[in-house]
Amino acid sequence: MNTSQKKIKAKDYFRNLWKYRFLLKEIVRKNVKLQYRNSVLGIFWTFLQPLMTTIVLVLVFGNIFGKSNEGIVCYPIYLLCGRLLYEFFTQSTKRAMRSIRNSASVIKKVYVPKYIYPISNVLSNFVTFVISLSVLIVVMLYYGLFTDVQLHITPYILLAFVPVIILLVLCTGIGLILSTLNVFFKDIEYLYEVFCMLIFYATPIFYTVDKLGANKIVLMGLMANPLYSIVSMFRSCVLFGEMWNWNHFLYASGFSIAMVLIGAIVFYKNQDKFILHI
Amino acid sequence: MPKTAVKVENISVKFNLNKEKIDNIKEYLIKFLKRKLRYTEFWALTDVSFEVKEGERIGILGFNGAGKSTLLKVIAGVLKPTKGTVQVNGVIAPLLELGAGFDMNYTGAENIYLYGATMGYSRKYIEERYDEIVAFSELGDFIDVSVKNYSSGMRARLGFSIATAVEPQVLILDEVLSVGDAKFKIKSEAKVKSMFDKGVTVLFVSHNTAQVRRLCTKAILLDKGKIIAAGSADEVCDIYDKRVKSE
Repeated sequence: MNTSQKKIKAKDYFRNLWKYRFLLKEIVRKNVKLQYRNSVLGIFWTFLQPLMTTIVLVLVFGNIFGKSNEGIVCYPIYLLCGRLLYEFFTQSTKRAMRSIRNSASVIKKVYVPKYIYPISNVLSNFVTFVISLSVLIVVMLYYGLFTDVQLHITPYILLAFVPVIILLVLCTGIGLILSTLNVFFKDIEYLYEVFCMLIFYATPIFYTVDKLGANKIVLMGLMANPLYSIVSMFRSCVLFGEMWNWNHFLYASGFSIAMVLIGAIVFYKNQDKFILHI
Repeated sequence: MPKTAVKVENISVKFNLNKEKIDNIKEYLIKFLKRKLRYTEFWALTDVSFEVKEGERIGILGFNGAGKSTLLKVIAGVLKPTKGTVQVNGVIAPLLELGAGFDMNYTGAENIYLYGATMGYSRKYIEERYDEIVAFSELGDFIDVSVKNYSSGMRARLGFSIATAVEPQVLILDEVLSVGDAKFKIKSEAKVKSMFDKGVTVLFVSHNTAQVRRLCTKAILLDKGKIIAAGSADEVCDIYDKRVKSE
């Protein structure tokens, strides 16, 4: 084990990751464990929270502003799909963003590969996200068995992991970029909060794009949002039981891979300066 | 011929000091537009080189601001030097500000694994030493209590117990031999001494020349980021004491 501080080559970099895999595991474990500690219902919040917010959204957009979602197969499931993915995206990127600053006390004292922090925060959110997907299963079972809603469950549902993986890659990339920016500019946190709100409305979570009657420029803007493609792919598999639109696939995966590459470069180029700012 | 444990070659560290710390976009833009983004350079270390062989215990002396902490940070791999290279063979256990790797909401027991992982050790490796760590820390049933409820002495005791239980090859002691109460102090000094006997390499920072003479084989003296004396602990301590008197 040689911790030379010479310019670390890519090979050494991966060897280092292997050496610190225990730390990655421990931090993921810690984040998942601590998220619901000291709350009475504990891990049940992972299920309850998306369920309850979805009920609110169904009440608001299903009844009060009901016109725009007529004709959507099973609106609650449609909403839940979008909301779960959106929630994972915002929560994981927000946590990754703060991760370097939150770990300042360690980073200042002990050598650890710093990318461990944003990545482990995305991963721990991924774990809770996967657990929360069981809510979707429960809700789908309910509608399939106890109501006369016709769900199109086809083998395509098994492909639902593809958009989920693309989303994970996207979150990792954005998390790396945000955590770097946050070290130098603390107000990124507030800006990103607003940005997340924009994304909420720019992603068809509670509406469908074709019912929107929006003009071409707005539509282009919506399409540029990679979360739109990912959510659409996910719904194709889970809700509509069909193959996804391959344009969505190409755009989402291309965008996500680009983000991870940019994130890795930005992080790598700046990580030695972190200690001077945190 | 003993192997090299720590090799420091021509290390220089430069800091950009600006009068006010800028950490938000607004200020950065204003300063940028006004072209006020000026920094003053400050060299915390200039051209420092030395070598520590396995099993040697080296004292690092110097007045405040001489660059001791910066040097330790560079050796620990936390701070990248502007110029020069550092080579460390083996695992470093930094005993500076013990318990820095703790999560306050985690219990003591859980923190043992987290802290171990921060130093690069597997869960299994720590498991084997778990009982020893708990026993040495004297925390008893408190081990299952959140660390946020610990006193600073308890926290330091736990940190010390973990950092010494993993048998590191290089130990950085930054005036930490004053952990806990008098009883624990004696125990921790005995523990460190037993590690000396096992041939651990030690980097010891202190202002106390009596302690350096007692514990160290060699010493270096830093002043304004440069090494001004290096040699046996007694020689360097004499020089240091002389400088203290003359100022």
